[in-house]
Amino acid sequence: MLAFLRDRKVRGYIFQLISITLVVAFMWYIGTNTSHNIAQRGIRTGFGFFNGTAGFGIDDSPIPYTPSNTYARVFFVGLLNTLIVTFVSIVLATLLGLIIGVLRLSKNWLVRKISSAYIEIFRNIPVLLQILFWYNVVLRLLPSPKNSVDFFGKIFLNNRGFYVPQPALDSTTITMTVAVFIVLVFVFFLNRWANKRHELTGEEFPVLLTALGLLVIAPIIGYFVGGANFDFSNPKLVGFGFIGGKHFYPEFVALTLALTIYTATFIAEAVRSGIEAVSKGQKEASASIGLSNYQALKLVILPQAIRIAIPPTINQYLNILKNSSLATAIGYPELVTVFAGTTLNQVGQAIEIIAITMLVYLVISLVVSAFFNWINFKMKIKER
Amino acid sequence: MAVYKQIEPRKAPSSSIGILHWMRENLFSSPLNVALTVLGIALVLWVIPPFIKWSIIDANFKGTTSASCTGDGACWVFIKMKMDMFMYGFYPAAERWRVNLTYGLFILVVLSFKYLKHSMTKILITGLYFIVGYILIRGGIFGLEGVFYNKWGGLMLTIVISAVGIVFSFPVGVLFAFGRKSDLPIIKSISVTYIELIRSVPLITVLFMSAVILPLFLPDGVTFDKLLRAIVGLIIFESAYIAEAIRGGIQAIPNGQYEAADAVGLSYWQKTLLIILPQALKVAIPNLVGIFISLFQNTTLVMIIGLFDLLAMVQLTASDSHWLGYETEGYVFVTIIFWVFCYVMSVYSNKLERRFNTDLK
Repeated sequence: MLAFLRDRKVRGYIFQLISITLVVAFMWYIGTNTSHNIAQRGIRTGFGFFNGTAGFGIDDSPIPYTPSNTYARVFFVGLLNTLIVTFVSIVLATLLGLIIGVLRLSKNWLVRKISSAYIEIFRNIPVLLQILFWYNVVLRLLPSPKNSVDFFGKIFLNNRGFYVPQPALDSTTITMTVAVFIVLVFVFFLNRWANKRHELTGEEFPVLLTALGLLVIAPIIGYFVGGANFDFSNPKLVGFGFIGGKHFYPEFVALTLALTIYTATFIAEAVRSGIEAVSKGQKEASASIGLSNYQALKLVILPQAIRIAIPPTINQYLNILKNSSLATAIGYPELVTVFAGTTLNQVGQAIEIIAITMLVYLVISLVVSAFFNWINFKMKIKER
Repeated sequence: MAVYKQIEPRKAPSSSIGILHWMRENLFSSPLNVALTVLGIALVLWVIPPFIKWSIIDANFKGTTSASCTGDGACWVFIKMKMDMFMYGFYPAAERWRVNLTYGLFILVVLSFKYLKHSMTKILITGLYFIVGYILIRGGIFGLEGVFYNKWGGLMLTIVISAVGIVFSFPVGVLFAFGRKSDLPIIKSISVTYIELIRSVPLITVLFMSAVILPLFLPDGVTFDKLLRAIVGLIIFESAYIAEAIRGGIQAIPNGQYEAADAVGLSYWQKTLLIILPQALKVAIPNLVGIFISLFQNTTLVMIIGLFDLLAMVQLTASDSHWLGYETEGYVFVTIIFWVFCYVMSVYSNKLERRFNTDLK
């Protein structure tokens, strides 16, 4: 009678049935509790709150924003700030991580020791502690705007943030940007053509040199085409503060610095392990067929090292995105601070707001990892 | 017969031995290296002497009030006077021996592991330790004065949260790891959804969720205190990462092991617990320690939802009206504590990695 219970398949079905029942029962249980609690506490539901007036100010907004705007706009400002700080930190952390990772393998003893000291020190300090340290200690120690540290009278550092000159938006700026863009597109196709030719004929084309040359020449041409009136908006001290130029708020600076410095240690380790994982034989083989050091690096070592280093680096990029939410501890107005923080406190609809916030991170994570997985797939060794 | 006598070998030229040779090889082998060395020395000189001057030479160690902090250096008097806050938070002074006793018992438990053979006894002892530790710290029975959670703080709270977090998120992680590798489609999809969902959101949103939404999930009258909610959030979050690390370990196990286990007629649970899990853990241990380090670092986030862990103590103590403006010392002190804990764990993980590296390959 019970013999059928010994069948692995039947047991599998029963086991699954039990777990799905448990999950559904659990969901139903918390669902009824929640609706009861919401009704009892008089919490509103739905997404109507998006149209309400926010009523609080946001200093550091990439788009025009006033307290009379809606929560929808608050959400958008927060999202943009999250994306900005993530993007900037990813770029800086990649650069720093690459440099440290390569220096870690340098022949120079001192440089090697300094870079491994850097890695060991900064990856073992919680990133939140680093954010608070930069914000509450280092940036607070900077002088007041009147006594700013200034570089060439153009760049100012003070306890209200960093002020740098910003290119004014006029015809020359546009022509120069367009010129650089055209060069980038051109180099992309040039590179494809050179690779194809290299595969067919074995002839090399100096793509890198050409690209660098064009990148110098093109903006100069753009400069004259656009009327040669390239101008900066320079920060100026007026009264107690600065006007003009680009203002980086201390919150942004502290967050970017901490995320960059912390994450760069992990990227450096990924780069190092990638380079170390390429076996010695590869280097010797490339030397034996007469490749120069540069050729060996470019054609043999790096392509293999990068493939190993990419997956852990993608993970670190996603960590930057997630850690950017720690901004809420210092009040940088990104998604968690203004939406899951201030908006939640004012509106009180915790379930909707936390769900939306999580969903946003989920979607960004999925998009970022899909993009980099695509790159990873493109870079994979095609076995024939 | 001619006698040939071997003459003493000449000494190697001074350019290839000794410190000068080492320096030439390692510091000045090329123009680029010379430049890097100079830059490196400049960097070291720029960072280390000022720090030593600030933290030791110019620092103030003696005294009991902020008035005794003169000069430009660090005011370690502040740390000295606030040490109890950093270590125990608001835990009543007369009861602190209970926390210390729990620390002492921990050392005993770890030492006893050296002599215990069976993993079952180890698990039992760990469980027992947690119960005893909970009774000791929380109190309320056996004549111990009850110390409510809002009195817990400082390093003690950080350690409690990480210890409970590690011990509870581990089995949950194992469960989801095997769920994800399961042949049963429903179990698998539940596990995949959980792991991927949690891994793609920031910890702070999970903590907000458990702080704000969890109370709504519970029936009337049932309440959690803030600390427990934070720990639940941490466990939900970290178990997803642990699951992934263990899945990595499971994937490293050759198929033959499964087939051999099936061939000798082990059931699913026997196969999983006796054959697969021990080997998977062995492979996953370095990654697991990495996750434990990040869990320990992540406990600082409970500060954002209003608990007073070690990091939160800095702002709290530096806002004391007698000690305004000593945040720098506080942060440096706390940084050193966190750094030592994490560094010890990472050195330990490297050791384990080397020890386990030889097998299975």
